[in-house]
Amino acid sequence: MIEVRDLHKAFGVVKAVDGVSFMARDGEITGLLGPNGAGKTTTLRMLYTLMTPDRGQVLVDGIDAGVDALAVRRQLGVLPDARGLYKRLTARENIDYFGRLHGLPEDILKARREALIQSLEMGDIGDRRTEGFSQGQRVKTAIARALVHDPRNVILDEPTNGLDVMATRALRQFMQRLREEGRCVLFSSHIMQEVAALCDRIVVIAHGRVVADESPDALREQTGEANLEDAFVKIIGSEEGLAA
Amino acid sequence: MNTPPKIAVRRSRAFLTVFLKEVRENLRDRRTMISAFLTGPLLGPILFVMLLNVSLGRELDKADRPLPVPVIGAQYAPNLIAALKAGGVVPDAAPADPEKAVRKQDADVVLRIAPNYGKAWREGQPVQVEMIFDSSQRDANTSVERVSQLVESYARQQGAMRLVARGLSPSTAWPLVVARRDQATPQSRAVLMFAMLPYFFIITIFMGGMYLAIDLTAGERERQSLEPLFANPVARWKIFLGKLAAICVFSTASLLITLVAFAVVGQFIPAEKIGMELDLGVHFAAYVLLLMLPILLLLAALQSLVAAFAKSYREAQTYLSLLMLVPAIPSLVLAILPIKAEPWMYAVPLLGQNLGIMQLLRGDGMEPMQVVSCLAGSLLAALLAVLVTMQLYRSERLAIST
Repeated sequence: MIEVRDLHKAFGVVKAVDGVSFMARDGEITGLLGPNGAGKTTTLRMLYTLMTPDRGQVLVDGIDAGVDALAVRRQLGVLPDARGLYKRLTARENIDYFGRLHGLPEDILKARREALIQSLEMGDIGDRRTEGFSQGQRVKTAIARALVHDPRNVILDEPTNGLDVMATRALRQFMQRLREEGRCVLFSSHIMQEVAALCDRIVVIAHGRVVADESPDALREQTGEANLEDAFVKIIGSEEGLAA
Repeated sequence: MNTPPKIAVRRSRAFLTVFLKEVRENLRDRRTMISAFLTGPLLGPILFVMLLNVSLGRELDKADRPLPVPVIGAQYAPNLIAALKAGGVVPDAAPADPEKAVRKQDADVVLRIAPNYGKAWREGQPVQVEMIFDSSQRDANTSVERVSQLVESYARQQGAMRLVARGLSPSTAWPLVVARRDQATPQSRAVLMFAMLPYFFIITIFMGGMYLAIDLTAGERERQSLEPLFANPVARWKIFLGKLAAICVFSTASLLITLVAFAVVGQFIPAEKIGMELDLGVHFAAYVLLLMLPILLLLAALQSLVAAFAKSYREAQTYLSLLMLVPAIPSLVLAILPIKAEPWMYAVPLLGQNLGIMQLLRGDGMEPMQVVSCLAGSLLAALLAVLVTMQLYRSERLAIST
């Protein structure tokens, strides 16, 4: 479970995140929706302790990120906006590197790695160096790398960015499986259909603030719009930066 | 994962994990390998020995080799020519344009004897012999000096004979005689050339670790892999130390290769011709390695520090090329201004190593106190650089790629 309380972060005079609070529960997919530049990535970066908030609190499974950042990172599986793989290492070696950094014993590491390679259908690329991987292959490897330590909480920053239709479908199914396994899945997106199709709960962010935190149905009800797209436009107040 | 398995977590191996991964990854990179194990460590020794052989060979050769000198109007002064021949000069056919021949380095020096030489000589008038040369051609200096001395001693000899013929003592014409006693030996001249040797070692260490240092900070950020790396539950200083160790291993390997190469090519330096005993063997190599240990750490930390400031791989490369010139300063200063070594100088990083290696080369050896202050001074600087870089690694901006 991830709990965010009143986060603030400014870069110079620009207030990137200006009072964000929400909760992502276990066994649910929570979508962080907002136009480009709304503060989604900065919020997530504070969640996985890459950045320190100016103000506010992050709790992951009850652990305060400001008190024990390493313990928080142990509870998280993170697919950051930056997906960089080590191109001179194979997909398996990339996964192993992160598994060892998490301190996994070799036998458990091997079992976890092979299970992920199977469920992400990347058996054909496992022993290839990642240089020259397609965008979809890169994302798969990065996800396997992020989940190798079997985290309860999974954070995905715009996971379907740059993927084709087939890869996007596969990834959505994979996220649903993560939810069925009882994990807390938090992902960001600027694509409304994706959020609507997947999420149990939608947190809409605009200009560094939370402007809505509802289930998709409640969101339609609240705005009085039957069409979700119209509902989003109404909430955010403009059509800027949203993609259908 | 309804009941998450509790995994026994061993965190102590994070350092080793980072280190092994960086070594393995960079062993697969051709550019790093060539720079660390081929061009870096081998270019120095080969270049050095070639230069040394050529310049030593020239100095030695010119002293006693027959010297061809084009002479214009040789037929006017047969006696002078005979005296020159006795001194080892071989008169050559005159070129059409002597000035041009000298400028184009076709001849080191050209002699021009005026057509009225014979007439003036018989009448006891002073005659002119022109020497055409280019003093900016340092290579020709030995030849010019040799011809000039031969001509002057012939003139002095003939003058003395004329005085004697008139019943005067030759000493009346030369109230003052300058005796030149040059204390420079071929050995001390050679040591000047060796002054650049310590820099070759430092360059090698630098080149050995450079691509790693760039790859492990600026490169990793450019490829956007630093952010996922820092999302792992490992303290950043542990990651940094793992990377630092990988850089040090590569630069140490470079240094070892270059030391072996120097020991091998050292056989081809004509040291015995200049009466020098060059010690480039195991003893020398072991001392150099010892003196360079703190420098390995210092350079690795400095390279990481500079590369961490750069926004991209290319920018880091530019900064590091500039940084590479800094260690040249002590070597250059010592080559141009040979200063007397004071005890405190050994504690200055790089300068201490320079002084020490020069002493070892000359066969003087180092006193224990000098070794200790050399190691302690450099180690202190290295630790400082490591701490500063560790501090930089904690910065929030370091990981952000975009």
